[in-house]
Amino acid sequence: MKHNKFHIGYELITGYIYRITIFMLTLSGFAQMPIFKRYYIADMPGLGWLSKFYVTLYLHYLFGIIFLVFTACIITDFFLTLRKKYKITASGYIRVAILAGLTASGIILVIKNFAGYYYAPVFIVVMNLIHLGLVFIFLITGFTCIILKKNWMRDWTTL
Amino acid sequence: MKKNISRRLFLKGGAAAACTLAASSISSAASKADMHEQIATLIDISKCIGCEACVEACCEVNSEKYPKPQKPFPKMYPKRVPVADWSDKQDVTNRLTPYNWLFIQSATVEKDGEEIELTIPRRCMHCVNPPCVKLCPWGAAKQLENGISRIDSDICLGGSKCKAVCPWKIPERQTGVGIYLDILPSLAGNGVMYKCDRCYDRIAAGKVPACIEACPENVQTIGTKNEIIKQAHKLARETNGYIYGEKENGGTNTIYVSPVPFKELNKAIEKGKGKPHFKPVKNVMAAASNLGTAMLIAPVAGAIAAAGKFYSMVKAEKGDASNET
Ligand code: HEM
Ligand code: SF4
Ligand code: SF4
Ligand code: SF4
Repeated sequence: MKHNKFHIGYELITGYIYRITIFMLTLSGFAQMPIFKRYYIADMPGLGWLSKFYVTLYLHYLFGIIFLVFTACIITDFFLTLRKKYKITASGYIRVAILAGLTASGIILVIKNFAGYYYAPVFIVVMNLIHLGLVFIFLITGFTCIILKKNWMRDWTTL
Repeated sequence: MKKNISRRLFLKGGAAAACTLAASSISSAASKADMHEQIATLIDISKCIGCEACVEACCEVNSEKYPKPQKPFPKMYPKRVPVADWSDKQDVTNRLTPYNWLFIQSATVEKDGEEIELTIPRRCMHCVNPPCVKLCPWGAAKQLENGISRIDSDICLGGSKCKAVCPWKIPERQTGVGIYLDILPSLAGNGVMYKCDRCYDRIAAGKVPACIEACPENVQTIGTKNEIIKQAHKLARETNGYIYGEKENGGTNTIYVSPVPFKELNKAIEKGKGKPHFKPVKNVMAAASNLGTAMLIAPVAGAIAAAGKFYSMVKAEKGDASNET
């Protein structure tokens, strides 16, 4: 009993953290491209920061950190406990794979930004395109899953 | 190749400069094997006579790289998108433009109670960790292993982010050229950004940049970063001079030595669009580096948190179990 309550609360909180983090990563990520000013979005009250490249860069990093802490936590948790009770669904695997690609390309872009790191220019262009491409794929997949009410994990007991 | 660059430097920099620069540093500017060391230039402001020979040389040597915009420009939406057209003002030399990557700034300052006129060649500083390159969302701006930063005019979209994040607002835009014309010209992109590319092609061919070669007063010296910094400090010590560019933005590969403090120079020069300042600049990439380091450790923190939760749960379960029996 106690455990169930704990788990429901836990899932609710992780769900919220996850959605907010992804939302902020997407918003600050798109702000890396010079589009919010051109299209008046940064003119809306309270959204001026969207055209400040350093602010949005730090935010993307910050939510990247939150995302990584959170993801590592969930993955560890999955192997230690959740695995016994839940099974990852097919749509769950697809989303995990896309996020893994986003994270990997994102981290390469972060490493690129350290002083003294040179990559072949073509490689950087490809990484940027992969990162951006995966964002679109993830958003489409994510919304499809929400509409079709597909969950990440399924309770073994309901199988 | 090596011979060419060292001989020139020997002729230009005078015996002292050539000696301190010696073969090792100069050859590294030319040889691929040593490319890992960044190339830097020293600009001795006190020597510059403002003849603009460097400005002319830059234009002559690099004019092939200049934009050749198609007119009329495609209409851009929304209306606020600014058109930057320098194609009819190609002979402007009193500021940075897509057709002028180097200009001479002048300042009237006081030195030892006397008024003196200083002229200062200004162009891209070639930052050690250049935000224009690192924050380009496409990778059109790139840094070569010898530290040169340049913008690839074949793929630049002209969004001008490089300029927005540059502490000196160096890159300049020309509308109506570049790859954006082939994508969605009215909705995305706005031309190509241009700036000094440190004559990367000449350097690759073992030659010195055009502006350095043309200067009759040997105002600029080129060499490896370490050598140039040593030389700048020596010059500053000997002349009671001041240094700019060594620490600014976490370090650049353009080291100015001035007979008057840069605070005074900055007050005396004309600043504004295409006319960079001489203000102190903090390292704009530092916070990203710190956050980036934190990011690499982040997963460990997450895993530890989950493991901690697991063990406290196991413990609680054990506690429950022992209570029941
Ligand atoms: C931990 C994961 C992530 C890291 C480390 C990361 C890191 C980065 C970095 C460093 C950049 C380029 C900034 C620059 O150097 O110019 C970037 C761009 C971007 N990010 Fe992420 N990111 C991550 C996850 C995400 C996610 C989950 C999304 C959205 C779902 C996202 C959306 C974007 C977008 C739209 C861009 C701009 C396009 C581009 O430059 O490719 N990022 N990200
Ligand atoms: S001075 Fe500006 S344009 Fe030049 S390398 Fe630094 S950030 Fe880039
Ligand atoms: S290094 Fe080359 S591109 Fe840069 S200012 Fe000098 S001549 Fe011009
Ligand atoms: S050529 Fe030399 S002396 Fe003439 S303006 Fe340029 S840096 Fe100054």
